[in-house]
Amino acid sequence: MSDMKEKIRSFIVENFLFGDAGELKEDTSFLNDGIIDSTGILELVDYIEENFGIKVEDDELVPENLDSIKNLEAYITRKTQSAA
Amino acid sequence: MCGIAGIVNFNNPENKTCLITRMIDAIKHRGPDSTGIFEKGPAGLGHARLSIIDLHTGDQPVYNEDHSICVVFNGEIFNYPDLRRELINAGHRFYTETDTEVLVHLYEDMGPGMFQKLNGQFAFAIWDSTKQKLLLGRDRVGIRPLFYHETHGRIIFGSEIKAIFKDESIPRKMDIHTLSDIFSCWSPLGSETIFEDVHQVPPGHYAIFSVDGFTVAPFWQLSFGVPCDSYKSCEQWMEDMGALLEDSTRIRLRADVPVGAYLSGGIDSTYVSSLVRRKFNNHLNTFSVGFTDNRFDETVFQKIAAESIGTNHHSIHCSDNDIGELFPEIIWHTETPILRTAPVPLFMLSRLVRENNFKVVLTGEGADEVFAGYNIFKEDKVRRFWARNPSSRIRPKLVERLYPYIFSQENNKARIFLEGFFKKNLESTELPYYSHLLRWQNTSKIRTFFSNDVIQNIGNLSDFTDKFMGTLPEGFMNWEPLSRAQYIESTLFLSNYLLSSQGDRMAMGNSIEGRYPFLDYRVIEMAAKIPTEFRLNGLTEKFILKKIAHGFIPAPLVERPKQPYRAPIASCFFGKDLPGKHQLDYVDDLLSEASIKRNGYFNSKKVGSLLDKCKKNSASLISETDNMAIAGILSTQLVDHLFIRGNSFKE
Repeated sequence: MSDMKEKIRSFIVENFLFGDAGELKEDTSFLNDGIIDSTGILELVDYIEENFGIKVEDDELVPENLDSIKNLEAYITRKTQSAA
Repeated sequence: MCGIAGIVNFNNPENKTCLITRMIDAIKHRGPDSTGIFEKGPAGLGHARLSIIDLHTGDQPVYNEDHSICVVFNGEIFNYPDLRRELINAGHRFYTETDTEVLVHLYEDMGPGMFQKLNGQFAFAIWDSTKQKLLLGRDRVGIRPLFYHETHGRIIFGSEIKAIFKDESIPRKMDIHTLSDIFSCWSPLGSETIFEDVHQVPPGHYAIFSVDGFTVAPFWQLSFGVPCDSYKSCEQWMEDMGALLEDSTRIRLRADVPVGAYLSGGIDSTYVSSLVRRKFNNHLNTFSVGFTDNRFDETVFQKIAAESIGTNHHSIHCSDNDIGELFPEIIWHTETPILRTAPVPLFMLSRLVRENNFKVVLTGEGADEVFAGYNIFKEDKVRRFWARNPSSRIRPKLVERLYPYIFSQENNKARIFLEGFFKKNLESTELPYYSHLLRWQNTSKIRTFFSNDVIQNIGNLSDFTDKFMGTLPEGFMNWEPLSRAQYIESTLFLSNYLLSSQGDRMAMGNSIEGRYPFLDYRVIEMAAKIPTEFRLNGLTEKFILKKIAHGFIPAPLVERPKQPYRAPIASCFFGKDLPGKHQLDYVDDLLSEASIKRNGYFNSKKVGSLLDKCKKNSASLISETDNMAIAGILSTQLVDHLFIRGNSFKE
């Protein structure tokens, strides 16, 4: 697992699973597995904006970008590359 | 309004008066005006009185003519003048002016058949010394509480569990199955309580205890499944229901002390207060509570209501700090873990009523169940509509209209995500509990905080839903979806949370009696016959009630979207604006690793992570689930502290 994935994963585990990784895989859907609730999504956005120096645009806030560790990594990589 | 307690012991002749005195003392807040105790043979009954009707000769217990039948009674029988006349015509002699006395005579004539005659909010115990039988009864929707502990040959009962625990022989053990139910659907199920071996007489049930044993039976059931009267026009419904609501309000004004009213700023309480002010009492006093946190505050609407009705209005504001400080005392009264802090402001409200020397208030409680006011009913309807075309981009937009506070400007970004949340199990429309599944799934996420020991014993959410399915009435799936949702909401939440943790216990904590015109059984029965399109018309909730109220109360109050009554949670315990943080030492103590480990209900590591998260960002950006977890864990620890370990909330 890449460093970025590890970093995201440990945030998810600490912040939403309270230390219990359980069955969390890199393609586990946060939404379908109830890992993030309807109000928790803002915490996630706050975290990636703070930690990866990107700004999440409104139209990017879709499950394809944010709904799993894998999707998040791909999205953040795309964003940071296009900014560079 | 009052508190009752008692013991019947067929096994041995214990001295009951001494224990019953202590039991009554434990619930003195329910009835500070006088006490009375009866002991004869195997039975002892006790009573703490809040004088409301017949201030001079109304002390209890009350007896029949030859003193063979004795009653202690908490509550009101609103149709007692009619019953009294009937009973006098049938030859009974009365020695008080109370509603209590009709109970002994009705029992003489009808036995348990008496319940059909009663219109009221009640919990009572009748001892029949001829038949050596105890009858316990509780009103149709469970407005008044009645708990008991029963073992072979002996029963001990009381209005609150703290009275029962005055008997040191009663085991004090947390029922982890009830705990798990609360952490799934917000309240205990049916007759359960958070304590093993302590139960409650369910709403609309009575119990009989004699040497032959103990039996519980229903005398009334929620009527949502009855066929609708579809021939009636909307106008006819408005006329019939309007007249009935006027009568149910009128009979709830019967008291020998002044009656005030709560004003929440919504249509229900405003309607009731308007009725009272216009038809029965033009010196009405009204009371309301607002929040310093304006996400929850409805003061503006409360002011509109009070000014338009023309009442003598009293109001109070509840701050985060108030909630944090009062929470232990609130749990002392609720006697159960809760996932909300919303009872606290209601405790402050009843205190305000008491400070103004009132003992009785009318409230708008019950209208959302009876007339279909809750968002969960609309959510069910929208999701069913969406499920018929799951790929629609337009249909999910309707969800946004239901939850403006979730789809708020600050959450604007997360729109598509939020829709995804409401799409879960979208197509499982054939599940009997489809309406509530999302709520339960979301709530049950907090079960992850349970310790391994607890988790191994409670099963998962489907064990809960299976258990709940077993309680559903026959033919349930033939009912219309809205009726199903109303039944589930009323069965689970009305009695075991709203009317208890937010209702009776918060009002009686300050010796205040609440009365609920919308929960008159005649209103419930008539409303169940209203066709569903007149209950929830499109996405207009409480359609018939709104039609009735239109032109009667200010239009902004009728037309405003329903705001659910909520209160802040995390910020009350961890917020950065709390003054005098030392006052919340109890939070640190009860959520400490040592305390969590000692009690064994929760996983101390996970609770530690949750605390870190709350403290790190001063309780901002805390999700709904985390908020529920905080309230649930803290209140469970408090229940343990106060009831299992027997500490005072002041410690």
